[in-house]
Amino acid sequence: MAEFLQFLISGLTVGAVYALVALGFTLIYNASGVVNFAQGEFVMLGGMVTVFAAAAGVPLPLAAVIAICAAIAIGLLLHRFAIEPARGASAVTLIIITIGASILLRGLAAIVFDKQFHKLPAFTGDTPVDMLGAAVQPQSFWVLGGTAVVVLALYIFLEHTLLGKAVLATAANRLAARLVGINTTTIMALAFGGSAAIGAIAGILVTPITLTSYDVGTLLALKGFAAAMLGGMGNPVGAVVGGMLLGLLEAFGAGYISSTYKDAFAFLVILIVLFAAPQGLFGRRAVERV
Amino acid sequence: MLEVANLRSAYGRIEVLKGIDLDVQTGEIVALIGSNGAGKTTLLRTLSGIQPITGGEIRFKGERIDRLPPHLRVELGITQSPEGRQVFGPLSVEDNLRLGAYRRRDREIGQDRDRIFAMFPILAEKKHLMAGGLSGGQQQMLAIGRALMGRPKLLLLDEPSLGLSPLLVDQILEAIVSLKKDGITVLLVEQNASAALAIADRGYVLETGKVAYSGAGSTLLADPQVKAAYLGVA
Ligand SMILES: Nc1ncnc2c1ncn2[C@@H]1O[C@H](COP(=O)(O)OP(=O)(O)OP(=O)(O)O)[C@@H](O)[C@H]1O
Ligand SMILES: [Mg+2]
Repeated sequence: MAEFLQFLISGLTVGAVYALVALGFTLIYNASGVVNFAQGEFVMLGGMVTVFAAAAGVPLPLAAVIAICAAIAIGLLLHRFAIEPARGASAVTLIIITIGASILLRGLAAIVFDKQFHKLPAFTGDTPVDMLGAAVQPQSFWVLGGTAVVVLALYIFLEHTLLGKAVLATAANRLAARLVGINTTTIMALAFGGSAAIGAIAGILVTPITLTSYDVGTLLALKGFAAAMLGGMGNPVGAVVGGMLLGLLEAFGAGYISSTYKDAFAFLVILIVLFAAPQGLFGRRAVERV
Repeated sequence: MLEVANLRSAYGRIEVLKGIDLDVQTGEIVALIGSNGAGKTTLLRTLSGIQPITGGEIRFKGERIDRLPPHLRVELGITQSPEGRQVFGPLSVEDNLRLGAYRRRDREIGQDRDRIFAMFPILAEKKHLMAGGLSGGQQQMLAIGRALMGRPKLLLLDEPSLGLSPLLVDQILEAIVSLKKDGITVLLVEQNASAALAIADRGYVLETGKVAYSGAGSTLLADPQVKAAYLGVA
């Protein structure tokens, strides 16, 4: 029982991070049709900038804010100088552009920062909390709580503000969005900035548990992409559920089968979804593109 | 109100509009008819700014607008109910209407929505439902209502009667005529040429990217060549 609970909580914790990465994918995909493989680099930036700012003596909360702002700036630059000039290009071209951007960002991070692993102190100490026999790191609560706040904020934004509805409208029908006077270029920039912020928050929350380095983004992007596919690309609820499921699958797989193959589960999920149910668990939001 | 001079537009290398001259006066209903592929939809798309032009100019109230992005044209008062309705399927009927007023900052948005509901009561009944689930006719009403929510001075309607039952067609045409009383200028593209010309002050007939005939609605209705080619009467 204690063991099961241990796996459950660690699964939910990583799952929450995958969910945030998947949400980042979803937001950009919905607003622009682009699958942004530089999503993982936003997570890396969140962790790395916080680490280096904190090491320079900036208090942790402020360092985190700086990291989020840095990621947003990079997201906006990515949109402005890599995606926007290629407007109208094919989906494959755009994917290649984002992969290129991801490699570039990783390279820059290796130069600007370094190639070492880095750690952040847990936000509220390292003393495990005992839950029915399972020892839970307090940072797990930060990850889960932080994810819940992000998901809730995104939900309120999309469903209850005019700007959020404009994002949904752009996702549903880009042509009609332009005809009602929505500046879809601004909406895309907003999506890139928002995705970058979400990614950076994920990176900041999880770095005390998993460490970070210049290249953590690659694997995270893959996991997040698998989660988004599992939930149904373009569906925000699907992204969260997909992320959680993938996290649980990894944790239980590693716990009960073998931890050697932990990272293989994401690939397995991608393959199974592609072959068996390309639309994912939740399908995609009825997207009518023109 | 609207002056189009020598307008050209192309998809890739294929020129689709080959020098269109057309004007719409304030308060008019102007019908634009022509066979499939004549370029009617393309013309409306250039007016809204979602289709680039390769030559000529578009003036609205005397000002060149052909380089303005679409959202600024909406702000000037040009809105469109596009071909194929293009409602925001996953969003509610109410949200679709609200988004029609996206660029407005005044306080009368709710009031205007109620007027649309009075015009098309079925939309009021279904205001909380997803637009994608509406019937074709209801989606058409929604598309027109959404375009009206922008408080247009010039309303562009692309085939508002396509695929509707005769009863609904009458209802939509009546609605268009009533817009005129509210001081809205209308440029109406229609397959249903006789019905469109009957309610229009003037009409233009487009043939493969050029204006072939133009004149008062009643004149075009009586013109033997127009009759033979577009009104299904020999
Ligand atoms: N996206 C596009 N790409 C390439 N060619 C196009 C495109 N849209 C329209 N065309 C071509 O441009 C020409 C004019 O099309 P348009 O849709 O403007 O005609 P229309 O008068 O609205 O026709 P309909 O009565 O069928 O709606 C047609 O020959 C059409 O095949
Ligand atoms: Mg057409």
